[in-house]
Amino acid sequence: MMLPDPPANLSELAGSMKPINVEEHTGLVVVLPHPDDESFAAGGLISLFHDAGKPVMYVCGTWGDGGRRMGSPNFATRESLRDIRETELQEACAILGCELHMLGLRDKTVEFEDPEHVAGLVRDILVARAPSLVVGFYPGYAVHPDHDSLGEATRLAVAGMSGKRPTLLAVAVGDRAGYRAVLGEPHVYADIRHVGQRKLDALKAHRSQTQAMFQHLAQNDDSAITDQEKEFRRQSFQIERFYVLDTD
Amino acid sequence: MKSIDTARVQHELDRRKDRPVFLHLETTTGSYTALGPEKRPPVIAFIRNGVITFERGTIRGKGPYRVGLKIDMGWVYAEGLTDYEVNARDELLLAGHDVDGNLTVALQLSERPFRE
Repeated sequence: MMLPDPPANLSELAGSMKPINVEEHTGLVVVLPHPDDESFAAGGLISLFHDAGKPVMYVCGTWGDGGRRMGSPNFATRESLRDIRETELQEACAILGCELHMLGLRDKTVEFEDPEHVAGLVRDILVARAPSLVVGFYPGYAVHPDHDSLGEATRLAVAGMSGKRPTLLAVAVGDRAGYRAVLGEPHVYADIRHVGQRKLDALKAHRSQTQAMFQHLAQNDDSAITDQEKEFRRQSFQIERFYVLDTD
Repeated sequence: MKSIDTARVQHELDRRKDRPVFLHLETTTGSYTALGPEKRPPVIAFIRNGVITFERGTIRGKGPYRVGLKIDMGWVYAEGLTDYEVNARDELLLAGHDVDGNLTVALQLSERPFRE
């Protein structure tokens, strides 16, 4: 897939959102449940922190071992998927420029763990790393139960920190008009035009999960591509949007 | 994985009968079906490391295939199987894949527990 030419300015996409100024921050921790979530949701922001010389870590909740995508054509099995996805994730993190920590939960089971236990795993890392910015999924607006539950655990983790808490940004997923009708427009955005190629490369490193999508997007027949996919292609390598979550 | 060879799979089933074996049984639509045009809710079920003993296990069909395992008090059943593999841990992996290579169903048997 070729990236579209970046627009000269982002005003159309940015609306009334405020830009994230990476220079104001001391570090970033991204907490999401699956290998590839980091690239889809925050691959650009991670790259911006790396380029600014700020420490960045991806805390990946599960092994992604329950996924149904096995590559296209399929090269993974239910049993080999875990190691394959871990290797893909290491490659993506090397491309984006972040450290990696795996929480080691099993795919699809996060919501059935004790929420305080999961929050504690996240809090221990946040206390040790002391980032000024944390990214998670928006609890209740993230489609996948693992997304919602790790998002909630991350909010609990930040809320339970003593002293100065990091700012918690949340990513909403899915039907944009649907969640915006409830949550309004996201509050802040990252201008990722200059790191869009790296985000694309990181997504491609998740071969088992993204091969089929990129094959689909690369086909010549534009009428076969859904509006959602066109929006992904047009926007996802220009801008990343986040809500600021209240953790009081 | 390879396309199912029924004689080979039958042989692998027979090798594992009449003693306790670990079962992974799963079917999945994927977690994102609600985002599709038809907004269908996802349907997913799995059991991992259930222990069963089957006295008779058979593969049937012309492809995709069905497997039925007759256990002490009932049955284990899977339909839509297309591919198989016996991996380095001697686990028998049977799976169905759709045209995009996505897993739709899995039935797996192992003498040792599947990785947690």
